[in-house]
Amino acid sequence: MTLLSFLPAGFLDSGPVQRALVTGAVAAVISAIAGVLTLIRGQSFAGHALTDVSAAGGAAAVLFGAGPLAGFLAGALVGGFGMETVELRRRSERDLVAGIMLGLGLGVSALILGRIVSSGSNGGAPVTILFGSLFILPPGVILPVSICGAVAVVLAALFTRPLLLAALDPDLLTVQGGSPRLMRLVHLTMLALAVAVSSLTVGAILSTAFLIGPAATATRLSARPGRTMALAAILGLIAGWGGILMSYKSYDWTDGHAWPVSFCIVALIVAAHLLLPPVFGRLLKPRQKG
Amino acid sequence: MDQDALRVDGLFLSRSGRTVLSGVSFALAPGSFCGLIGVNGSGKTTLIRALLGLLPADAGGIEGAARGHRALGYVPQKIDADPYMPLRARDVVALGFDGHRYGLPLPSRRRRDRVAAMLAAVGADAFADRRLGDLSGGQQQRIFIAHALVREPQLLLLDEPLANLDMPSIAGIVSVLKRIARESGVTVLISSHDVNPLVGALDRVIYLAGGGAVSGRPDEVLRSGVLSRLYGHHIDVLRVHGRLVIVPAGETHPIAPDEPHVERLE
Amino acid sequence: MFADYMINAWIATSLVAVAAGMVGFFVVVRGAAFAAHALPLGAFPGLAAAWLLGIAPWSLILAFAGLGAFGLARSGEKAPHHTATALWLVSMLALGNLLLSRMHAYSNAVFAVLFGEVLGVSNTQVLAVAAIVAVTVIAMALLYRPLLLSTLSPDLAAAAALPERRIATLFLLIVALVTSAALPLVGASIVFSLMVGPASAARLMTDRPGWALGLSVLLALSTVWSALALAYEADWPIGAFVGVMGAVWYGVGRIVRWQSGRLRRG
Repeated sequence: MTLLSFLPAGFLDSGPVQRALVTGAVAAVISAIAGVLTLIRGQSFAGHALTDVSAAGGAAAVLFGAGPLAGFLAGALVGGFGMETVELRRRSERDLVAGIMLGLGLGVSALILGRIVSSGSNGGAPVTILFGSLFILPPGVILPVSICGAVAVVLAALFTRPLLLAALDPDLLTVQGGSPRLMRLVHLTMLALAVAVSSLTVGAILSTAFLIGPAATATRLSARPGRTMALAAILGLIAGWGGILMSYKSYDWTDGHAWPVSFCIVALIVAAHLLLPPVFGRLLKPRQKG
Repeated sequence: MDQDALRVDGLFLSRSGRTVLSGVSFALAPGSFCGLIGVNGSGKTTLIRALLGLLPADAGGIEGAARGHRALGYVPQKIDADPYMPLRARDVVALGFDGHRYGLPLPSRRRRDRVAAMLAAVGADAFADRRLGDLSGGQQQRIFIAHALVREPQLLLLDEPLANLDMPSIAGIVSVLKRIARESGVTVLISSHDVNPLVGALDRVIYLAGGGAVSGRPDEVLRSGVLSRLYGHHIDVLRVHGRLVIVPAGETHPIAPDEPHVERLE
Repeated sequence: MFADYMINAWIATSLVAVAAGMVGFFVVVRGAAFAAHALPLGAFPGLAAAWLLGIAPWSLILAFAGLGAFGLARSGEKAPHHTATALWLVSMLALGNLLLSRMHAYSNAVFAVLFGEVLGVSNTQVLAVAAIVAVTVIAMALLYRPLLLSTLSPDLAAAAALPERRIATLFLLIVALVTSAALPLVGASIVFSLMVGPASAARLMTDRPGWALGLSVLLALSTVWSALALAYEADWPIGAFVGVMGAVWYGVGRIVRWQSGRLRRG
C-alpha cells in the first residue's frame, strides 16, 4: 500500500492508463525475446528497418479506417519476408537490403500519410504512427495485443533452443537435424509481433528502442541466453511502466504540459543502458578467464 | 649502405599483454627467398606486423636497408574481397602504386605501364580486367602480390599467402615469388604453417616456436636436433614420401643429440 | 514545372543528389548503411530546437550530425551489433520528439524532418547547400584513393602508412555534412534513399570504381528529377518516389549483375 500511494491518485483506475500498462508490458516482453535473438544474429539494422516498413502498414490501415495494429503487423511481416527472399552472402549486403527496405517503407508511409493529412480527416495520424499513441488506445485493443503477446511467448517457449542455435551457427542446427530456414521464419514472425506491438506503444520509429535497448543492456549483464532474455524483459517492463508513470506525472512538473510517453520510455531505456552495465556488470557476469 | 636487407636483433614482441616473441634474431640477405615457418599462434603475423612498423617492439631492434613503408611490400593474411565491390584486378594494382595519395588519380602513362608490367610479372594478364571479387583465391593472391610489388619495394612480406589454395595455385605462386626474388633482387619473406610447399624453393628458413627462432639454410634448420633445442623437447623430423613431417614426440623424451636426424622411411 | 518558385527546388535537389550519389557510393561499398541512416535522423533534435528557437537550422543540425559522426566513429561503424548506432538514433529521435511536443504544428514538423520542404527553398538556402556540396565534392576527391584502399583492406591501408581510423572518422563527418545540407530541404528519408539506392545499382553495373561513382551520381540525379516532375504533375510526395526508386535501383543492379554473370559463364 505504501508503494501504491506513491502513484498519482486515480492512476490505476483510469482506463487509458490500464490499456497503456498492458500494451507496454506486452511490447516489452516480446521485444526483449526477439531483441536478444536479433542481437545474436547481428541484425539490429534489419530490425530497425522493419519498424519503418511496418509504419507504412500502420498508415495504410489508418487510411482504410482499420486499427493500426493489424497494419503494423502486416507491414512488418511483408517487410520481413521480403528481406528474407533476397539472397544475401554478406553481412554488409544484408544491411544494405535493410536500408533499401527502410527507404521504401518510409517512402510509402510518406505517400499514405500525405493522403491522410491532405484529406483532413486525421491530422494527427503521422504522429500517431511514427511516435505512438499509448494514451489514446481504444478499449478493444487489449485482446489483439494479448493474442500477439501469447503467440510470441508460445513460439519462444517451443523453439528457444533451436532459435538460439540457428542464431549462433546455422550449420550446427542443420547437423542436429533442424531447419535454419524455419528458425529464420519463426524469428521474423516474433520480430514482426514485437515491432507491431511496440509501434503501438512508442511509435514505429522508436520501437527500435524497445527491441535493441533492453536486449543490449542485458547481454552486457549476463552471458547466459535464457537469463539474458528474462533480464531484458524485466528491464523493458520497468522502462515501459516507468515511462508511462513519468509521462503521467510530468504533467505536474512542467505546468500542464506532459512529456511524450515515447520520450520517457526511450529515456529510461537509454539511461539503463548507460548506467547499469558499468555498475552491475562485474557483479552479475562471471569474469572471463585469460 | 646496409649489407642485409633486414636485420632483427633480440626482438621482444607482445600482443594484448602476452609476450609472443622473446629474443628473436635473424638477418635476410638482399634478393633471398625466405620462409617464416611456425605453427598457428607461434607469432608469424605478430612478427610481420612489427616489421611493417604497425606494432612497436618491447625490446630489441629491426634494422637494415628495407625499413619504412616505402621499402616494404605487404600481402595480408586474408582479404575478404566483396564480389559486389566495383574494382578490377588492374585497379587493385594501381592502388598499390598510388592508393596512399590524396586527390584524384590523374591519367598517368607511368602508372599504366608499371601496372601492366606488374600484372604480366605475376602472370595475371588474362584476368586483369575482371572484377577482383570474381577471381579465384590463387588469382586474387597473384593480384595482391602485384599490388605489393608495384612500388618496387626492397622487401616483400607475405602473411600465409598459400593457406586455402589448391596445389596447382600454390606451385604457381611459389614459382612467381622465386622468380621475382631472383630477377629483380627483391627480398621475399613468406610465412607459412607448412614448410613443404616451400622447402625446395627457400634460400633461408626462419623457424618460430615457443617464442624463439632459429634461422639458416633449410637443411641446417629442419633437423631434429636443432628443432628439439628450439622447442625444448624432442622433435622428430621425418621424411615420408618426399614430404617433411615435423612431429613432437612428447615432453618426456630427452632432447636428441645433434646428429643428422632426418630419417628416411621410404 | 519550371516556374520561378520551382527553380530553387530543382537546383537544390540536384546539388543534394550529386553529393549523395558520390558519398553514397562509399557508404554502400563500405557497408555503412546504418550509419548513413542514423546520422541524418540523429540531427532531428537540432532541427527541432532550431524551430523552437526560431533560428536558421544549419548550425544546430551540423552540430548534432557531427557529434553523431564522432560517436559512431569511436564505437566503430562496422561493429557487429550496431547497438551504439541504434541507441544513438532512438535517443536523438526521442529528444527531438520531446522538443517538438512543445510546438503546435507538430505533425507538419515531423513530416518535414523526414521528407523536407523542397518547395519553400530560398535563395540563401540554395547558396548554403551549394557551399556544403562543394566542400563535400572536394573532400571526396581528396579522399578517393585512400578510401578505396581502406575499403579493400584496412591492413593494406595501414601498411601504406595511411591513418586508417582518421580516414574512417573523416568519412563519417562527410556523411554528416551532406546530411546537414540536405535535411531541411529534402528530409532525412530522402537523403538516405538517395545515398543507398543509386549507388547500390551503380556498383553492379560497371567494374570500374570511377565509373561506378559517376554512374551513382547520374542515377541519383535522374531519381530526383523524375521525383520533382512527378511531384509537380501527379502530386506525389517526392519522398515516396525516391524511396520506391531506391528499391527499383537495387533490383535493377541485381538483375544486371546476374545477367553479366550468365554472359561470362556463357
